[in-house]
Amino acid sequence: MKIGFKLFASLTDHLPSDRKGNRIELEVGEGTTISDLIARFHVPERSAHLVLVNGHFIPPAQRASRPLADGDELAIWPPIAGG
Amino acid sequence: MGWNRKVLRVNLTQGTCKEEPLNMEWANEYLGSRGLSAKYLVSEIDPKVDPLSPDNKLIMATGPLTGTMASTGGRYTVTCKGPLTGAIACSNSGGFFGAEMKFAGWDMVIFEGKSPKPVYLFIENDKAELRDASHLWGTSCWHTEEQIKADHQDPLIRVSSIGKAGENLVLFAVVINDLHRAAGRSGVGAVMGSKNLKAVAIRGTKGVSGIKDFPAFLKATTDAKKVLADNAVTGQGLPKFGTQVLMNVINEIGALPTRNHRDVQFEDASKISAEAMHEKRESDGKSHLVTNAACFGCTIACGRISQIDKNHFTVKNSPQYWGASGGLEYEAAWALGAANGVGDLEALQYANLLCNEQGFDPITFGATVAAAMELYEMGVLTKEQLGLDAPFGSAQALAKLAEMTAAGEGFGKELGQGSARMCAKYGHPELSMSVKKQEFPAYDSRGIQGMGLAYATSNRGACHLRGYTVASEVLGIPVKTDPLVTDGKAELVKAFQDATAVFDAAGICVFTSFAWTLADVQPQLAAACGDEWTMEKLNAVGERIWNLERQFNNAAGFTSKDDNLPPRLLTEPAKTGPAKGLVNGLDKMLPEYYKVRGWTPDGVPTAETLERLGL
Repeated sequence: MKIGFKLFASLTDHLPSDRKGNRIELEVGEGTTISDLIARFHVPERSAHLVLVNGHFIPPAQRASRPLADGDELAIWPPIAGG
Repeated sequence: MGWNRKVLRVNLTQGTCKEEPLNMEWANEYLGSRGLSAKYLVSEIDPKVDPLSPDNKLIMATGPLTGTMASTGGRYTVTCKGPLTGAIACSNSGGFFGAEMKFAGWDMVIFEGKSPKPVYLFIENDKAELRDASHLWGTSCWHTEEQIKADHQDPLIRVSSIGKAGENLVLFAVVINDLHRAAGRSGVGAVMGSKNLKAVAIRGTKGVSGIKDFPAFLKATTDAKKVLADNAVTGQGLPKFGTQVLMNVINEIGALPTRNHRDVQFEDASKISAEAMHEKRESDGKSHLVTNAACFGCTIACGRISQIDKNHFTVKNSPQYWGASGGLEYEAAWALGAANGVGDLEALQYANLLCNEQGFDPITFGATVAAAMELYEMGVLTKEQLGLDAPFGSAQALAKLAEMTAAGEGFGKELGQGSARMCAKYGHPELSMSVKKQEFPAYDSRGIQGMGLAYATSNRGACHLRGYTVASEVLGIPVKTDPLVTDGKAELVKAFQDATAVFDAAGICVFTSFAWTLADVQPQLAAACGDEWTMEKLNAVGERIWNLERQFNNAAGFTSKDDNLPPRLLTEPAKTGPAKGLVNGLDKMLPEYYKVRGWTPDGVPTAETLERLGL
C-alpha cells in the first residue's frame, strides 16, 4: 500500500537527500506501524514529538500498535511552537 | 523592587513633561506593563471617549523584569483605548526600546492631550522634552529612527515611532521600535498619530537598580534560563525555525484559515513555511532566511532576519528593500499569504517590509485584503473601485494594495479602516473575519475549538496572544488536549488568559511560557520585587487584570453579544481536514466560561468576583 510520509523542521534531514519538499511517497507492507517508520528513518524517538495521521494526533502509546492504512498521510515534527 | 517608581507624564496640549511617583499601591495589585498601565488608563479616561480624540491617553509601560537580566526582559506595552475596536488596547513589543526606558529611570510614560504640531519626545535619563518633528512628519518609521539618531549624533538612542499609517490614522497602525519590532494590534499607532506624536526617543545609561535580593535574582534568572535552554522548543525549535514553523502544522490539522476563511487548508502552505525560508531560491541560490535574531535579554532568539530576492517583481526597481530586514513571522506570513491565497514568499516579505516601514499591522491588513478579494470575486468590488484586479491568489494585488495602504492612496484608504468597516460599507458585514472589529490571527477555530472561545472573549478583539490554547490543543504544552472538542475549553481558556496577563505584566515575552510556567517566573519576580510575590498572588494578579480590562470594555458599551464569532465560523462547516463538517461550538463554551469566570450569564463580573479580586 502507498502512504505519504512527511518530516518537518529539524527532522527534514532524515528524508532522502533527493527529496523535494518535506513529503515522500512510500510503498509499505500491510501492518506497518508509525513506530516502524520512525525507526526506519532513524528519527530519534524523543524527537518524534508531534505525530499526525491525516491531521489527527496520535499519542505516543498508540504509535507502536497503530497500523497505517492505504492513502494515509503520516506527518512528524520535533517539539516546536510559534505564535 | 523591580520598579523605578517613576512615571513621566507628558501633556501634549501644553507641551509639558512632569515627573510623578509610580502608584505603588497599584503596582502591588497589577505588577507592571500591561496590568499597571491598564489600571492607570481605566482610572484616568472616560471609557466612552473617542479613541482618536485628545481625551484618550496613550501609555508606554515597562514591567518589573523589563531591562533586567531575566531572559526576554525587554518587553514594553502601549496601552490606550483602541481605535480599531473601541475596546482597551494593550499592544506589547520586544526589541530594545522597553529596556532603554527602564535604563533612563522611568517605569512608564503617559501621554495626554494633543500637540498643536508634530513633536517627538526625547528622553535622556532624567531629562525629558518635546521636540519639533516637522522634519520627520510624512516619513517612515525607518527614516524617523535614522534621522533622530543622526540629529542627536547618538546611534545608541532607541526609538519607537509611527510611519505614514499612524499619521493617516489607519485604524490598525502600529508603533514600530528598533526598525521591525511592533506594538502591533488594535491601532495604537493611530492614537499616536491623532496626538501629533511622531516618536519617542530614549537614551538611558543608568542601568537597572533596586532589585530587591540580587543574589537570589541572579540564581532565579540563571535557573530559568537553563530551563529555556534545555527545552527543545525554546532551546532549539524557535531559534532555528522561528514561529513560521507552525505553517505546515496548522495546515496539516486543517486549521489554517485560507481565502478569508472559506477554506481551512492552503495548497501552497509549504511554499510560505519556515522550511521554505531555509530552502535555496532557484533565482539567486540564496535562502530567504539570513539569520535569527534576539530582542533585549532574550535567550530564545526566535526573530527572523531575511533578504528578499532582488529580482522579484516587487523590488526589482526598489533597492531600498534589498537589505536584510525583519520577517517573516508566522502571523504575517499567514495573513499576507494563506488568508489571501498568495503562495509567493517574496511578495509576502515585500508586503511585510511595507508594514514595518510605514507602521501597520500585517495581520489586520492581510485579513482586510482577504475580505476585499472575496468581495471582488463576488462582484461587489470592481476593478475600477480597487484600481486593479484582485482575485484570491494575486501576489500583484497584494503588493499593490500594500503600497496603497502604506501611502494612504486610492483604495488603500478604505483598507486602512479594517475589514469590519469596509465590509459593512459594501453591504457584507458578515465577511469581516473579526471579533470586536479586530481581525483573527492564523488559527481557524473550527479546527481548534478553544481558540474560538479565546477570540470571542479576548479583551482586545480577536487575538491569539490573550489566550493561546493552541499550545495545549495542538502542540501539547503543557498537556495535549483535543482541538476538535469543546469540553474543558472554558477552564483552559481562562487559565491561559490569566497566566498570560502575568507574563505580560512582568515585562517578559509570552514565548517563555512554552518552557516556563508561572512557577518559573515567580522566583524571578520574588527576588526582584519581594517575597510577597507568591504564586497565589500572581494568580490573583492575572485574574484581576483580566477582569479590569473586561470592566473597561463593559463600561465602554460592549456586551455579551460582542463575545461572538462571524457567522461563517458558526454555520459553515470546515470543508477538509480533521475538522471537516465542524463549526465552532461557541454556544456550548461561552456560558460555561462565564460561569468559570464568576460572571453573570450576561458576561458581567458578579459582585462576589469583584470583591474577591479587590476590584
